[in-house]
Amino acid sequence: MIDWGFIFEQSLAQAVDFNAIAFVLAAMGLNVHFGYAGLLNFGQIGFVAMGAYGFGLTVTLWGIESVFVAVVIGLLFTVAFSLILGIPTLRLRADYLAIVTIAAAEIVRLVARSTPMRNITRGAEGLNEFIDPFRSLNPFNPSGVYGFGPFQYRGQQVFVILVGWALVAICLLVVWQLMRSPWGRVVKAIREDEDAARALGKNAYWYKLQALMLGGALGGLAGMILAVGNATVQPDFYAAAQTFLFWLVLILGGVGRVWSPVVGAVIYWVLVTFIRNLGRQLVAAGMVPTSVMDTSQVDQIQFWIVGAALALLMVFRPQGIFGSREEMALDAR
Amino acid sequence: MRREFTVASHWKWLGVFALLLAVFLSALPVTAQEGGGEAVATRLRYEDENGDRQPVQGATVRVERDGETIGEGTTDAEGNFELPVPGPGSYTLILDLATIPDGVFIRESGREVAVVEVLLEQTGRAIFALSTTPTVSPEAGDVGGVVSFSMRALVQLTVEGIKLGLFLAMAAIGLSLIFGTTGLTNFAHGEMIGFGMLMAYFFNFFGLAGVFGFLSGLPPPFGAGVNLIIAIVIATALGGGLGWLMDRVIFMPLRTRGVSVIAQMVVTIGLAILIRYMYLFSFGGSPRFYADYTAQAGISIGMVTITPKDLISGLLSLMILVGVGLFLNYTRMGKAMRAVSDNRDLAESSGIDVQRVIRFVWVSGGALAALGGAFIGLSEQVAWNTGFRFLLLIFAGVILGGLGTAYGALVGCLLVGVGIQVSTLFIPTELKNVGALAVLILVLVFRPQGILGRAERIG
Repeated sequence: MIDWGFIFEQSLAQAVDFNAIAFVLAAMGLNVHFGYAGLLNFGQIGFVAMGAYGFGLTVTLWGIESVFVAVVIGLLFTVAFSLILGIPTLRLRADYLAIVTIAAAEIVRLVARSTPMRNITRGAEGLNEFIDPFRSLNPFNPSGVYGFGPFQYRGQQVFVILVGWALVAICLLVVWQLMRSPWGRVVKAIREDEDAARALGKNAYWYKLQALMLGGALGGLAGMILAVGNATVQPDFYAAAQTFLFWLVLILGGVGRVWSPVVGAVIYWVLVTFIRNLGRQLVAAGMVPTSVMDTSQVDQIQFWIVGAALALLMVFRPQGIFGSREEMALDAR
Repeated sequence: MRREFTVASHWKWLGVFALLLAVFLSALPVTAQEGGGEAVATRLRYEDENGDRQPVQGATVRVERDGETIGEGTTDAEGNFELPVPGPGSYTLILDLATIPDGVFIRESGREVAVVEVLLEQTGRAIFALSTTPTVSPEAGDVGGVVSFSMRALVQLTVEGIKLGLFLAMAAIGLSLIFGTTGLTNFAHGEMIGFGMLMAYFFNFFGLAGVFGFLSGLPPPFGAGVNLIIAIVIATALGGGLGWLMDRVIFMPLRTRGVSVIAQMVVTIGLAILIRYMYLFSFGGSPRFYADYTAQAGISIGMVTITPKDLISGLLSLMILVGVGLFLNYTRMGKAMRAVSDNRDLAESSGIDVQRVIRFVWVSGGALAALGGAFIGLSEQVAWNTGFRFLLLIFAGVILGGLGTAYGALVGCLLVGVGIQVSTLFIPTELKNVGALAVLILVLVFRPQGILGRAERIG
């Protein structure tokens, strides 16, 4: 029988869990890239991986048991990554950045999981022993259960969730303020008409590079949340297809709006968890014969929906749920 | 000029497209049936100098799920390892390389980790390809996956690189011409490559009518599988059909509707994910071989050893590419294609039917991509995500040669192919593709228009 209560509970619980937080941050980074600066980043997962590895390596490789240092190093990783990607491509047409970012994200994954790097990144096994400094800060009882209604989490989880949403709040404030500052207006002007902005004496290249770094750093924070939430950094998690989940979240919420990543990520996780759990239960209850689909294939269907939704939204409602069509960089260049 | 796009008139085409995909999906419910609960298994063997299969005893295999170790075991005297697992799902098998005998290597470093999908009541089998030489060269003695340098290895790798480059070029021409004529970077092109590969596999095993289960009793070429050559021809034709469908159903309406190229690019990404995960759904996660011509002894020509299948498919690709070059230079349609790439408005005002040219580019590009994919499956393995892996290499080749130029795609892909193979002399094999992608970034720093592209402003 299908346990509807369980499905709804799970779906709601996922809406505030660390995965959703990471998606908010990563999509917020994409929003800075695409929504405000008009940069077509198809490799956001590379920035996420950089943040996660930077955070993890600080503890496992250099033995620095400080969360603060780990965060700083993770952010430095993403800045370096932005420079490597941005310097060659930001002078060129938008699709060059798209190609280079998707390729670079694959490079990060392939290098991180390779055997020659095993002494550093632990190869395909990933990093596992970096979590203690973060957990030592946890004021909650690790074995206690906190929360209400469907939102019940263990102590370790509650800590990640609270830290994560606090981070989201800070980032929302920063992005909101930045985008209504003179800097943000220049970035948007470049998105609308780069030549006009240049004619006014603005260094478009430098502004775009800064936007790339800012969005990348937000992606890096997403990686850190994933790292502490999962307590592991696995290279194959950071596969290229993940980037487009963030894209879906962004377009769902509405491109170029400060709140859209939050709205998009919450909707995305509720829907995906709902579909996944429903599918699994349908298979387990025998309502869908295993000759058609088994439980591991349910998770693949999820990607069908993501792909189809991304394409259809882009055609029929590119501004998403709350976005405005005017704020879209689609017709630039 | 701009026609109004009506949704209703396209429903029938959407139907055709859905039907095609449904047909494809109903295929391939593979993996051997075995009794008992779920388990993972593998068999470790390698070929010794005499070509005899030797089992590896006492090697340690660890099984993980979601990063947590489920169990560990060692192989028996036959090289077999089996471990029951708690349920269906995705498991990771990790072979401890320290426990395999000296002188035996994993064929490609990084492949000591295998992911298997375990279906309900079935055993998921992992394959660890072992050999006595760590890499392609018979003289290689270096540990760590780098081929030791020798003239012979260099020549051998160059030939293999040219072969790879030819396949890449064939698959890339469509991408480059679609970009040239419409300005669209098609991220779903990798799935067109995968389509050819998987269709060839499918017809090779199940035959023309085998899609419909109740017809599988018919004799070949209908019920049972057909010879791979026929299967590849069918796959190529269907690849052209897929190109036509993509243009007719999706991209022509978007163009006439005035959807911007950037939005279309995001659409191609969505399409790519949808199709790729359909492949995973119907084909499964583990790579497989075609039924024909899988194990062939290499023949020696001078310093080079090459299998007949690679020789023939390489020569065929070369002939096709020369044909494409002649076509572009001397036929009316070829000239029209170049004219549209060069300046669309000028071409249109001089009486060229631009929509027809674009349609032709999609169809021929789709067919070439499918053929390239089928050949790649022949020289490597058939897998659900090969298309995406090759898409990135094709991007590297196309940008190296100059985006939007047909000849540039050819030259760039050949260089990338040779570069990838020869680079294994200096860097570990598992990082060879990384080298190609790194070159992609370097090209954009120093010569963004590519080798054959004109130095115009592309910013």
